[in-house]
Amino acid sequence: MIGTVAALAGRDLRRFFRQPSRIVGAAAQPLILWAVLGAGLGGSFRPAGGSGVDYLHYFYPGVVVLTLLFSAIFSTISVIEDRHHGFLQAVLAAPVSRASLVLGKTLGGVAIASMQAAILLALAPLAGFHAGAMNWPLLALALPLSALGFTALGFAMAWWIDSTQGYHAVMMGALIPLWMLSGAMFPPSGDSRWIGTLMALDPMTYTVSAIRRGFHGDGLPAALVPTGGSTATDLALVGLVALVALAAAVALCRRRV
Amino acid sequence: MTATAAPSIAAAPAITPRLRAEGLTRRFKERTALDGLSFDVAPGEIFGLLGPNGAGKTTAFRLLAGLIPPDAGTLALDGRPTDGGDVRYRARLGVVFQEPSLDLKLTGRENLRLGAALYGLPRPLAAQRIDAALALMALGDRADEAAATYSGGMRRRIEIARVLLHEPSLLLLDEPGRGVDPEALRRIWDQLVALVAARGLSVIVTTHQPEEAERCHRIAILDGGRLTALGTPDELRARVAGDVIRVRGDRPEEIRDTIAARLHLTGRVLDGDVVIEAPRGHEIVPRIAELFSSGRLASLATSRPTLADVFAKLTGRGLAS
Repeated sequence: MIGTVAALAGRDLRRFFRQPSRIVGAAAQPLILWAVLGAGLGGSFRPAGGSGVDYLHYFYPGVVVLTLLFSAIFSTISVIEDRHHGFLQAVLAAPVSRASLVLGKTLGGVAIASMQAAILLALAPLAGFHAGAMNWPLLALALPLSALGFTALGFAMAWWIDSTQGYHAVMMGALIPLWMLSGAMFPPSGDSRWIGTLMALDPMTYTVSAIRRGFHGDGLPAALVPTGGSTATDLALVGLVALVALAAAVALCRRRV
Repeated sequence: MTATAAPSIAAAPAITPRLRAEGLTRRFKERTALDGLSFDVAPGEIFGLLGPNGAGKTTAFRLLAGLIPPDAGTLALDGRPTDGGDVRYRARLGVVFQEPSLDLKLTGRENLRLGAALYGLPRPLAAQRIDAALALMALGDRADEAAATYSGGMRRRIEIARVLLHEPSLLLLDEPGRGVDPEALRRIWDQLVALVAARGLSVIVTTHQPEEAERCHRIAILDGGRLTALGTPDELRARVAGDVIRVRGDRPEEIRDTIAARLHLTGRVLDGDVVIEAPRGHEIVPRIAELFSSGRLASLATSRPTLADVFAKLTGRGLAS
């Protein structure tokens, strides 16, 4: 089982490093979004509580989450075609459990997403974060755990939907609104109750919150966390989402039809 | 000791086939893709599933590979029943799909390593067998280049080499000729036949090409999801009486009718040719030639029946259609 998982994850990593355009694209896209949106919206950004945080600074952790999300989508979309016409057929015929196929593929995706996040961590001083003030152990835990949830969800969706167009529609149509509502783009304002409720219901809110806590370390203004809560509850929810997504992916993949 | 052992060794191949399929049936919604397919494959036998597209070959292949469960019917490998899904069954198989399944970003050797890992081979053993497989398949010098640079024939050879690393007892090949030029295909078959002879491996191969079917020990002809005939190539050819005469020209129906009226030979139009089955074809050919003005016929030839002729005789259709 471990051998299979390692072999499959290793395959995804090798493929990733042999496609330089993918490395550049995956990190550049969110950075461009960060710079453009950040510069454009910066002037009108007045977080409640007047914490004096500028928008490029605020937006950065959300961009890191978006990078994890894109990375997960990229690394699981191949599942759809590979399953019927390519490499995955050979894996399905091999005497390996479907669970190890799911784990191998998702852990490969997690490794790639984490590397892309690492590039953004290295660039964090550009957004005004000080390496010394950041909570590194929290980031080292929260980033891969979030990536695991996204990648497992991507795998489950790819297996279930079984068409690239449908997969794109669902992943973009469902996940981007969830990301927008997660506190990645704006913090909760006191005025709009319903938005606040939606944000609290959005699982991605806790992902963004955990990662934001990691970036800001102890210096995080309370007004920037949509849910209140604590690091522990954030991490527990992120872990729960990852487990549920992983279980769903394994359950879907196990069906022989 | 020897007195008790000898009969069982002699009797074993007859009693326990390598693979026994009984009544395999598979429906997709309303359509029955495979309808009660039964056959045995002996150890060391190359067994062909011959039929045109849509005959049920690929469904049979996916059932045998364990990718889909049958709606009815049973499978047994060396006497052990399986539904195709269990790991012990799949560990004994080597499966090569019709669609390319190499990772083109990886090198040939990396693809082989990955295959070995999926079948649980320890690394040192895998390395040893990979070197041997590359040598056997004459791929050694290109093994460390990306698979994307390989020709269709090389990719097929790597795919076959990959599924032989764990020394399976049954090899499944789905249309190995697809995307491979005839010369490369001939080499693949030479290697396959040598492997079967050397290791006692059994092979099931699906194909719609008579040339490939000719190289099988026995062939099952499939049409519309059903088994139409089963036998050695010679047995199947014997179902066609005598020789096969092929007449090509414009308006083949008119040519067929002229030959029927003047020579009392019944032919049929198949893939644009008039095909007549008759003994002593070499004597009939000049008589047909005399019937038509020069230039009316594009070609006229007689030959021993091929498996494509057998298929046409049994089903009334060509293999290509």
